[in-house]
Formats: sequence, C-alpha cells, structure tokens
Amino acid sequence: MLIGNFKERYEADEAIFRTTRSRVWLGIAVALIVAFPFVGNSYHLYMAGLIGINIIAATGINILTGYTGLISLGHAAFMGVGAYTVAWLSNNVGLPFYICLPLGGLVAAAVGVVVGIPSLRIKGLYLAIATLAAQFILGFVFNEWEPVTGGGRGTSLAAAEIGGIVLDTEFELYWLIVVVMVLALLFARNLFRTRVGRAFIAVRDRDISAEVMGINLLRTKLTAFALSSFYAGLAGGLMAYFFKVVSPEQYTFSVSIFMLAAVVVGGMGTILGGILGAIFMTLIPEILGEITQIFGAGAVAMLSSAREVVFGLLIVGFLVFEPRGLAQIWKRIKRVYEIWPFRT
Amino acid sequence: MAPLLEVQGLSLAFGGVQALDNVSLDVEEGSITAVIGPNGAGKTSLFNTISGFYRPQTGRILLEGTDITHRPPPKRAALGLARTFQNIALFRGMTVLDNIKLGQHVHMKTGLLAAGLYLGWAQREEIALREEIEHDVIDFLEIDHIRNAPVAALPYGLQKRVELARALAMKPRLLLLDEPVAGMNREETEDMARFILDVREERGITVLLVEHDMDVVMDISDHVAVLNFGREIGAGSPAAVRDMPAVIEAYLGHADAEADMPGASGAS
Ligand SMILES: Nc1ncnc2c1ncn2[C@@H]1O[C@H](COP(=O)(O)OP(=O)(O)OP(=O)(O)O)[C@@H](O)[C@H]1O
Ligand SMILES: [Mg+2]
Repeated sequence: MLIGNFKERYEADEAIFRTTRSRVWLGIAVALIVAFPFVGNSYHLYMAGLIGINIIAATGINILTGYTGLISLGHAAFMGVGAYTVAWLSNNVGLPFYICLPLGGLVAAAVGVVVGIPSLRIKGLYLAIATLAAQFILGFVFNEWEPVTGGGRGTSLAAAEIGGIVLDTEFELYWLIVVVMVLALLFARNLFRTRVGRAFIAVRDRDISAEVMGINLLRTKLTAFALSSFYAGLAGGLMAYFFKVVSPEQYTFSVSIFMLAAVVVGGMGTILGGILGAIFMTLIPEILGEITQIFGAGAVAMLSSAREVVFGLLIVGFLVFEPRGLAQIWKRIKRVYEIWPFRT
Repeated sequence: MAPLLEVQGLSLAFGGVQALDNVSLDVEEGSITAVIGPNGAGKTSLFNTISGFYRPQTGRILLEGTDITHRPPPKRAALGLARTFQNIALFRGMTVLDNIKLGQHVHMKTGLLAAGLYLGWAQREEIALREEIEHDVIDFLEIDHIRNAPVAALPYGLQKRVELARALAMKPRLLLLDEPVAGMNREETEDMARFILDVREERGITVLLVEHDMDVVMDISDHVAVLNFGREIGAGSPAAVRDMPAVIEAYLGHADAEADMPGASGAS
C-alpha cells in the first residue's frame, strides 16, 4: 500500500533519470562530452566522431534486434541508403544538411519497411537471411547505379554548413554528431518507457501474448524496422558529412556484422548496451593497434593479424562470460559501489 | 438478453485429430462458466479458437452479438476479450509493472513520435496509466511488493497472479482463464478462487475458465460445460453436471478420475 501524494510519487517514479546517482552520472557524462573537444587533439576528436556515429547506428540495430528480437544482417545497407540520399540531395538539390539528414533517415526508413515486410511470416534465422539478401541487393545498387551513387568510386559531397559556418574540422563535426546522438538516444530512451516501446519488447518476449494484448504484430515489426533504419540512415548521413565521400565499401556486410557485434557485446535491449558496445568496438581495434606499435615497425605486419585474432577472442569472451554484455557488467559494478561501504 | 459469448457449432481438426467437434456454448453476462474435461478433450483448443489463434473449419463465435470468427486476436482484445494461458505466457524480459502496463495497450493512444519525444500528453497518459494500474490491479491482487521484480524470477504461483493482473489491466468484458490454479498449493488456490469471484462481483467481468481442480470448479462456477474428445457431453449447473452418467464415465475412463471428480464416484 502506498501512502502520500500518489501523483508526485508516480511522476518521479516514471521519470527518466530517477535516482540522484543516475543524475550524477548524467552530469559527469555531459561534462565529459562538453569538455572533451577542448582537451582532445584532432585524432581524438576524429575517433570521438566515429564513436558517436557508431552509437547512433548501434542504437538503431538495438531497437530492431535487441528490443524487438528481429535479427538484421543488413544494417550497413540502410546506413548506405542514408548516406547516398544525403550526398545526392546535397549535390543535386543543394539542400542544407539539417534537411538532408532527416530525409536520409526517412528514405532509409522506407527501405527498411520494405525489407521488413517478410517479418510477419518468417522469424529468426530465416528473417536474418532475408535481411542479408537486402544487404547484398542494396550493395549491388550502390555499386551499379552510377548516375546516382557514382558506382564503385563513390561520390563526394560538400561539407555541411549552417549560418555561414562550414562544419569541416573534427571539432565542428564533433558537435554536429554529439547533438544528433544525444537527440537519438533521448528519443530511444523515452520510447522504451512508453506504450510503443513496450509493444516492441512484448513482440520480442512473447508474440502470442502480445497479440492477445491487442498489439498488431505486423505493424509493430514494421515500425521497428522503420525506426531502426531511420537511425541507420541518420548515422550514414553523418558519415557522409564526416568523410565527405560516400562509397560502397563503407557499407558492406562486414559493417553490418560490426554493428550486430556492437550490440551483442554491449548488451542487447538496453540503451547503455548500444553505447558501450559502439565505444568498445570502435576503440579496441585502435588500442590493439597502438599496442602493436610498441613492438616496433617490424612487428606491425606480423602483429596486425594477431590483432584481428585478439579482437575476435575478446568478442567471443564476452559471449561466453557475459552474454548480457558490457551493460550488465556496468550494472554489477554499480551495485557493488552502491553497497560499499555503508549499505548491506 | 443475449449471452455475452455465443459459440455455435465450432469444429476444428488438426490433421486426423478432431480437437473440437460441433461444440456450442453460451456464456451469460456476469456469470462464471467452467469448461471441464479429461486431458486432450479440446479445452485449450476451444480457448485458442475463441481468442483467434485457430481458425475453425465450421461454426461461429459471437461476442456481444458481433461475429468475431474471422477477426485477428488484436481486434478481439479491443472488443474486450482477455485471457491467460495454461503455460504462463508472460513477457519474461520485463518487470511485473511493465507486464501489467502492456495490458492497457489497447486503451492507450500515444504514437511513435509522441512516445519518443515524451510530449505532454504522452507523459500524462503514462502517469494516468500508472495510477490506474496501481489502484485497480496491483493493490487489488496484492502484488505491490513485487511490482518492480523481473517476472522470470518469481515463483510459479505469483507468475500466474501477474498474468491475471495483466489480463485485468485490459479492463475486459470477458476473461478467459486456462487452468488458473494448476500447480498451485492450497493457499494460493484459495487466493486465486477468491480473486476470480471478486473480479466478477466487483467489476462485473464475465469469466470463462478451464480447470481440472473440481473443488474450485464446483465452488465458484454458475455453469459447467463438459468436453470429451472434442465433443460437448454435458452442461448445466455444477451439481447437475456432477451426476450426469456421461460425465462420470468420461472421467472414470481417465486415470485421475478419483482425484479429479470428488463426489462423482459416490453418485455412480
Ligand atoms: N496446435 C496443435 N496441433 C496439433 N494438434 C493439436 C494442437 N493443439 C491441440 N492439438 C490436439 O488437439 C487435442 C485437444 O488438445 P487441447 O490442448 O485442446 O486439450 P485440453 O483439453 O486443453 O487438454 P489439457 O487438459 O491437457 O490441457 C489433443 O489431441 C491435442 O493433441
Ligand atoms: Mg489445455
């Protein structure tokens, strides 16, 4: 039984960052994000930009695979659709980036819905194969539809610009990416504490019960595909402005696997999981690269293959020892820390 | 007044198995109606057909006079049909609270954009939902101590209660319960029986249930229908059904007859 003011209590209970502790963490994160570009060099900012883009993309596949339970092997293709849309609109229509980016997301979402249509009838591995087919078909389109995509060489585009400021340094692009990333993360976080997001999870956990609750399976799955692809399209669009070039090899099958691995390692079905997974997957190869450098130039060639192996082993290690990913490890650390030293 | 639910001449076959054979059943508004019968009699098949998972080969299903035979399950939910499952079908990755919130899905309106932006009325709707659930469901079923627990971690009896909670959150007109007390101990069974009576008394929700526990069936139901091999072999008040020769025979041909039908053996 509850005592006191119900309304206030529930409002507080339903709030996004409920506890003081989570607010403190949020404050720390914001401070770090704001301070980072003023202390990091351009390489650091480049990596940070890449991480931000990957966080958006990973959150996208997390919505589909982690929250709704539909495995996608074609996420990179949706990113490519966003990237090419942005490049084409920017080059041929001359639209500013803040129009191009959402449009890139929307076109990717539309393609995602088409790819998602079989999901009513097929599940699991079979659906994964259907998304794999989409990956290869779209990859083929990227390569062959020369007038639009520039074929194998790809296409370049002008830097993003707003109010006379050209966003072409790592510093400026960092802010663009951070703003989009924060909005994308907030949207996702909100979604999963309301009706629509709950329906996604319901479809993942028990589709029979979901139907009994009045949830339309096809509609929910297609919405998940659309939203997931929208995130991919946004990430792809940002990549286009980040590299100022869009080419097919940026959006291959291995990139799709990279994104899937990121949410698996980070923790499926939690927002934090997408974030941590993207950071891990982007940074670890770099860090391993740095380590091989230590052994001198001669060793680099030999160790670079060892690097791939170590990276692979780390991923497998996660699957074996913590299937719920980095997010779960983080939760456990927090729990220890909550208990220590006062509570029991 | 027409019955709330009318099942007319329902037949359903799986390959060679006739799960339902020309079954008809009326469920009066405000009643607690029980469907009993030996294992494999077709009780769950009947429920699955009423909720829309199976397409019957013949027959019709009317809810409040509306023919729902060909409507998909979500449409039936919107018309006020709720159910629980014989093998608990909760959303295992969620907390008790989120499971129950899902019950209200059909009554809510927030769309994708409003949800993601958590705009004013999306927020108001969530808070209102929470208030309503806390009072009407969580307090009512006495599960306030576990509201934030992940359902997968709960003991079986409590999971069954949470499943009832989720169904009640749908504010249904008709509630289907497939073996609500199966696997429960004495105390849990009594609690559940009391809840079912309260649901009918306090909310006027009509209940159709399948149950093997004859004590519960005899205690709480107004009307009993008996299935065997997909056919209805008897129907009437609990007392009348207990004494029907066909019913006794169906149960005596069944290994658990004594346990299932207390009092039945004395009548033969
Ligand atoms: N999906 C299905 N596919 C094939 N046969 C099925 C299916 N569902 C039920 N059956 C068969 O239909 C018959 C009736 O099964 P049903 O589950 O309805 O029985 P029940 O009365 O609920 O039994 P119990 O008391 O054991 O739950 C059984 O012979 C069963 O094997
Ligand atoms: Mg059954």
